[in-house]
Order: sequence, then C-alpha cells, then structure tokens
Amino acid sequence: MKSYLSSEYIVERNQDQCIRCKVCVNQCTYETHYYDVEDDAVYSRDENCTNCQRCVVFCPTHAITIRKNPNAYRENDNWTQEAIQAVKKQAETGGVILTGMGCDKPYFTYWDRLLLNASQVTNPSIDPLREPMEIRTYLGAKPDKLEMEIEGEDIVLKTEIDPQLCLETPILFSALSYGAISLNVHESLARAATEFGTLFNTGEGGLDPRLYKYGDHTIVQVASGRFGVHPDYLDIGAAIEIKIGQGAKPGIGGHLPGEKVSEDIARTRMIPTGTDALSPAPQHDIYSIEDLRQLIYALKEATDYTKPVSVKIAAVHNSAAIASGMVRAGADIIALDGVRGATGAAPKIIRDNVGIPIELALASVDQRLREEGIRNKASIIAGGGFRSSADVVKAIALGADAVYIGTAALIAMGCTVCQKCYLGKCPWGIATTEPWISKRINPDIASKRLVNLLRGWSMEIKEMMGGMGINAIESLRGNRLHLRGVGLTDTELGILGVRMAGD
Amino acid sequence: MKNLSRISNPHNEDKVIDACSLFGMMNLEGKRFSSRDPVKAISNMHERGNGLGGGFAVYGLYPKYKDDYAFHIMYLSKEAKKKTDKLLDENFDIIHDEEVPTKKANVWNPPLVWRYFVQPAKHKLKDQKADDYMMEKVMKINTETGKAFVFSSGKNMGVFKGVGFPEDIAEYFCLEEYEGYMWVCHGRFPTNTPGWWGGAHPFNILDWTVVHNGELSSYGINRRYLEMYGYKCTMQTDTEVLAYAFDLLMRRQGLPVEVASRILAPPFWNEMENLRPEHAYALRAIRQTYGSLLMNGPFSVIVAHHGEMIGLTDRIKLRPLAAGTRGDFLYLSSEEAAIRLVSPMLDRAWNPGGGEPVVGRLGSRKVIATLTMG
Repeated sequence: MKSYLSSEYIVERNQDQCIRCKVCVNQCTYETHYYDVEDDAVYSRDENCTNCQRCVVFCPTHAITIRKNPNAYRENDNWTQEAIQAVKKQAETGGVILTGMGCDKPYFTYWDRLLLNASQVTNPSIDPLREPMEIRTYLGAKPDKLEMEIEGEDIVLKTEIDPQLCLETPILFSALSYGAISLNVHESLARAATEFGTLFNTGEGGLDPRLYKYGDHTIVQVASGRFGVHPDYLDIGAAIEIKIGQGAKPGIGGHLPGEKVSEDIARTRMIPTGTDALSPAPQHDIYSIEDLRQLIYALKEATDYTKPVSVKIAAVHNSAAIASGMVRAGADIIALDGVRGATGAAPKIIRDNVGIPIELALASVDQRLREEGIRNKASIIAGGGFRSSADVVKAIALGADAVYIGTAALIAMGCTVCQKCYLGKCPWGIATTEPWISKRINPDIASKRLVNLLRGWSMEIKEMMGGMGINAIESLRGNRLHLRGVGLTDTELGILGVRMAGD
Repeated sequence: MKNLSRISNPHNEDKVIDACSLFGMMNLEGKRFSSRDPVKAISNMHERGNGLGGGFAVYGLYPKYKDDYAFHIMYLSKEAKKKTDKLLDENFDIIHDEEVPTKKANVWNPPLVWRYFVQPAKHKLKDQKADDYMMEKVMKINTETGKAFVFSSGKNMGVFKGVGFPEDIAEYFCLEEYEGYMWVCHGRFPTNTPGWWGGAHPFNILDWTVVHNGELSSYGINRRYLEMYGYKCTMQTDTEVLAYAFDLLMRRQGLPVEVASRILAPPFWNEMENLRPEHAYALRAIRQTYGSLLMNGPFSVIVAHHGEMIGLTDRIKLRPLAAGTRGDFLYLSSEEAAIRLVSPMLDRAWNPGGGEPVVGRLGSRKVIATLTMG
C-alpha cells in the first residue's frame, strides 16, 4: 500500500559546510542520513527524521538545520495536520498510535497562572548565600503528637518515629524502568541521587545487582508485572513504591517488546530473554482498597517495618478520595502523577486524553487529607511535567512534600523530547538498550549533568524561599498564601485554595 | 467547591502586618503590683507603635472570683449583646456580670465591653473537660455572632485592649485600679488594620495570652495545621496562630515549654549533627513531626499563662527581645531602655539568643534562660 503520509521534518544540509565526515550518518539511529560514494555527498531521508537534534549537535561544521515540513494540508482548526496524519496512519496500519514522553497538548499548565510572593519592608527577605536556608525534607508518616519528657537538661523522646527518607533537596528522580532505559541511565540516576542526597526510583523493571551499592538512595518499585521483585531487591531499597498508575497512561498497563529484553534485562526482570514483558493494567491482587492494604502490609512485613511504603497513582477525577483511602490503608507516601507525566511508550490517545493536571489533583488531595486530619500520616510526592524550580516551589506551596522529576532529568542527560522513546532507538542513548547506542550515555558525564541540575534548581528554590522570608522548607509546604492566581476563574481558585493576585 | 482560602475568615484578610513593642513584668513570688511600672515602661516605647492598638494582660486580677472563668466581651451592637447574653445563659452559670468601668481617654471608637464570671453549665458539660468546653463556646461566639468578641476568657486574669496608644488604653480602662502578679503589655504598629478593637494584642484563649511583634511568613501553613485540630482563625492577625500553637502544644498535648519553643523555633539541621545522638534524634523527631508549626519570619513574643511567662524570638532573631531580673522580678521587653526606666539597678540584663526561650516560673527565682543541650 502506498503511504499517503508526508514527512514531518525536512533536513537541510549546507553542502558548502559539509565535510563528509559522516558523523550524522553514524549518529542517526533512524538512518536518516546516508553517504553516497559516487557523489561524495551526504543526503537525507526526511521521512525518518524525528527532529531529535542529535546530528545537529554533533555536526562539527554546523552544516545541518532541521525544519518543520512547510508542506502542510489546508489550514483547519478542527482537522489539524496532526489529526489528519493520525487518521491516515491508522488507515494504513490498523493499529494503535504509540508515542513517548508526556502529553504535548496545550492544556492549561496551572503553574504558569500561579505567581509567588516576596517580602517587602515589614518582613526581611533572607539571602541564602549568606544565611542558613534549609531545604532538607523528610518523607514518611509523622505521628499526631510526640510524648516527651524533660530529664535534667535532656529531652527524652517516648514516641517511636516511623521510618523516614531524608532528602537534601525536595526533588527525586521518578520511575524509569530498566529495559525502557539502559543500565547506564540507571547508573547515572543512582550516582547523582547518591551524590546529592536524594533518591532515584527503579521503575518497574527491577534493579541490576551492580547498582545495589546505591540502595540507600533507591526507591524500589513493585508494579503489576512484578518484574525483578525478590527479597534482596526489597531489602536493598530505602523505600518501596507500589505502582498503581502513571500519569501518561492511567488505567492501562505496559508492554516491553521482546527485542529489548536482552540477557541482562531478562535476568534482572526474571523473565526469559527475548520475551515480551507485559505489565497488566491493574495489579491483579489489588481490586480494592483493602487489597492495597494487604500488599502494603505484606511489603512492610517482608522488610520488618524498616522502610516507608509509597503508593503511586495517576491523577484522576477522584484522586482526593482515593488518596484518603490509601493513607488509611497504610501508605506512608502518596505519589501523584499528573496528566503531563511522561512515559517510554503509551497509546497517544490515552496519553493526551486521560487524567487531570497535577496542580488540581495535588491541591485537592492535600486539602482533603487536612480536612480529615490525616495529612501528617503520609507525605505527598507530586510528579508530571515539572519544568523548573519555580514549578517545584509552587507545588510545595500547594501542599507537596517533594516532587518527582523524570523528563527534566532526561533532558539534563541529552533528551530533546522528540517523543520517539517507544522505538527503542533513542539517538541520545537514553530510551534504548541496544549496546551500541546506550554507550552514548557515559555515567561519569551524565551523573555530573544531573547533579548540576539538582544544584541549580536547589539554589533557585533557596533564592525564592529567601525572597519570601522563609528559611525552612517546612514553612513553605502547604503555605498557599504565598501563591496568587492570575487569569483563573473563581472555581479554579477555589480548588487550588489560592487567591487572585491583588486580593 | 467552597472557597478554601476564606474558610474561616469572614473579614477576607489573612493577617495584619505589624511591628510593635512588647513588655512583660512578673513577680516570681506571686506578689501583686499595680499598673504603674508596666504602663510607664510600655509608654516609653511610644515610637514603636502608631496608636492603632494597645493592650494589657493582667494575671492574679480577680482574686474574688478566682475559680470562675472571666469573660471580657466586646460588643459592636446592642443586638449582639442580646444575642450573646442568651447564648451565655444557655451554656453557663453566670456568677456575676457588669460593664467594665471606663473613663474618657484618647481612644478611637470604643465598643461596649462587658465582663462575666461564669462556670460551664453542669448539664451541658457531659464528658468534656471544662477547658475544652469553654474553648469551643468562645470559638462559637467569635465565629457565629459576628458583632460580639470574647477577647479574654481565663480564670483570675483579664485582657484590656483597644485602638489607641497603650497609655491611652490604660487610662480608658482605669488600669490604675487593678493589681496583678504578672503584666504583659503591647503597643502596636499595624500597617493595614481596619482599626478594630479585637485586633489589638494581647491575644487570649482561656488563660493563655500572647503579645507579638513581627510577621509570620509561615502563617499560611501554621494556620492550616491548626485548623486540622479544630482551631478557627478569626482575629485577622497572625498572632492568633501563635496563641493557638501554645494552646495545642502545652495545654492539649502537655508538652513542656522547652519542647514547645523547640517546635516554634527549632535548631538548624546541621546544628543537630553536633549534638549527642539521642538528643539529635529527639530534636529531629520534633522538627519532622511539628514542621508545620515552625514559626518562620521575624517574631518576638511574650507568652503567658498562670504561673509562667515565656519570651521567645524566631531562630535567627529578626525581632528584638531583652531580658532582665531584679530581686523577685523578671522583665522582658522589646527594648532594654524600657526595663531600665522602671528598674535601673538590674541584677542581670541580657539579650536572649534567637530561638532561645526565657522562662519565668512562679515560686522560683531561677529564670530559665538558655537551653543547654548536647
């Protein structure tokens, strides 16, 4: 069947600048560029280009420019280029359209309609370069109150404290599974988390034993496929996360194709080499809240109550009620993943249409838990499309204890959000397990880039806090008076619990 | 969905920003003394106020009715008094009531102020503790009647406050007629007050009072945390959250002041690392558990309840507090000059460090001045 699809991008090469070094040919994993011996020239197959910019960055003479294909269908606000192309693609294949990364639709990003406060006159702002500024965060269940006695000059604690995770910055790396990404990427995340004093999350594909030494900075995930879940794995992590859902694909499972299941990955995931790794949509032992409670306590029993158990859900319509149930079921941490949360592979229709923005889910969950008097019983980690330290500060002011970043971490390592992760041939060496591509991630360099990102964001968080006259992050957490809304309706302001700017 | 930002504040204001003068004077042996020295001292800090608020809390004020709860209630309308009297009749045995005597003074638009000596009605009390019952009713009057405010509700103590300089308020309420063993005074410099009498300091709930100088940048979360425990912030000021925090921690949860002060003004994380492990563990647990009650931003406070006067500043001391002792007297003040004015020959004068409480206790001349831990 002849394809009626046109290429999305056009590769322009300045032949005067091109030195025929073939870097682009070697770097592009989609075989967009090829060298013609007879012409002694490099040409391109535009239809293969994903606009990942790998060739552009690595071309030594800056000879390459990638342009959006100007050859478009007649303008139509309803039948957009994207909509027409999707229909044609499905007419040719009869399949579900896959994509990678997070929702790219212009749904409201509420962070952009929330502004932060700063001190003027009546309250001094604080300079974090010269005065203490604390962003250390502890995650885990906190008691309603403490029993203490004064003995002589000592405060003697009578209450036992539940296990806590200590973060030196309120930012964690979110779940990225081994198999979707390579060992090098896992190692980079693990090393950066360890160096900076935060945690990375294994995702649902288990953990290669070579990375066990970073266990104190690892959250081990238990998902519906139970890949790589065994006693050593649970023991090695600082915390365990039960994955119920993911913002990019709420309500559906996952599928790692057999060609990505190499020997190492098979061993780690505890499945035969080359077989498809299918994660069911639900966890088949959790059809209800009481089932969740059983799994939470099974995991706590298995690890002697030494580590917090997190439960991750996608932000959906009734997240607040679900979260309340999760806390009552024994979750020490609630991870909320909003509609802009990313993925290695998901049906595009799901990614772009299911779930709700993290801002609204976070605000309503925090408020609900407070109304029920149980906010202290679990920490909240918010995730799903955090782009900057300002997004982080706004999330904490809305009520989050910490945030998960996935996409931002990948971008730090090279990702350009071309959304083709599901092809498994990421030219940046991230979303791939093919050794010749994945070696493009050097953990020495990638972990350094990640640490730099955490350092930069942490400094900015401190600057913003200092401006508000706050020197401890717990005074920002849930402090919505430091937020004001612009261009929001009363209903939106009500759900966010935030006032209009100027009010 | 209801507008969460306005859930408990009919005035649609989050807080009043102020910078003020504080003065506290306590006889550690419990001997009562007149208003002369406290009024003289607080008047000396005239420049720290702007005439939009002054007030006094006096302990050991009503020995004749020492076992009864003394309500001071301000009424903004006759109607409000009628309504409130009915509510009081239904819920309390009223032992005695009268208008609080006043005389002409330079004050602004005074409301009617009435005092009642009451006991909770036995048949209403059921299993509740008397204090909890009283607090519930005070919250009820203050949030539901609109034009009536209980601004003093402890036993054998009372608050007098209003819109004016403290010396004018003292004159208006004839404070020269009263004696107490502990006086806590306040002069106010609000920057955005609607000038209402209930907004002046001290703030009181049962026998707890707070006078405060500063602005809490943590107010939003302090308040949301306290709301989880049933407190309703109605007074248009962040000082209120300090009062409720002390009430929650010390009265309801029974924590000693050494711990309460560590909750409101905790040490930095890296300071804990230098302490003995068991101390570090306790302090870490305190901060982990009560992080939402950390009072951030500049403040100095004097907190008082029967038998105890506590001075405390934020942990980096962005507001002043001076302390002094002479014989059986303890003084706390925004400025040392005010102390020296009434007691020139101090035995000891010092400036407490940020986050370090000064605690005077009845029956002991030994003032707790620093926490030595580690």
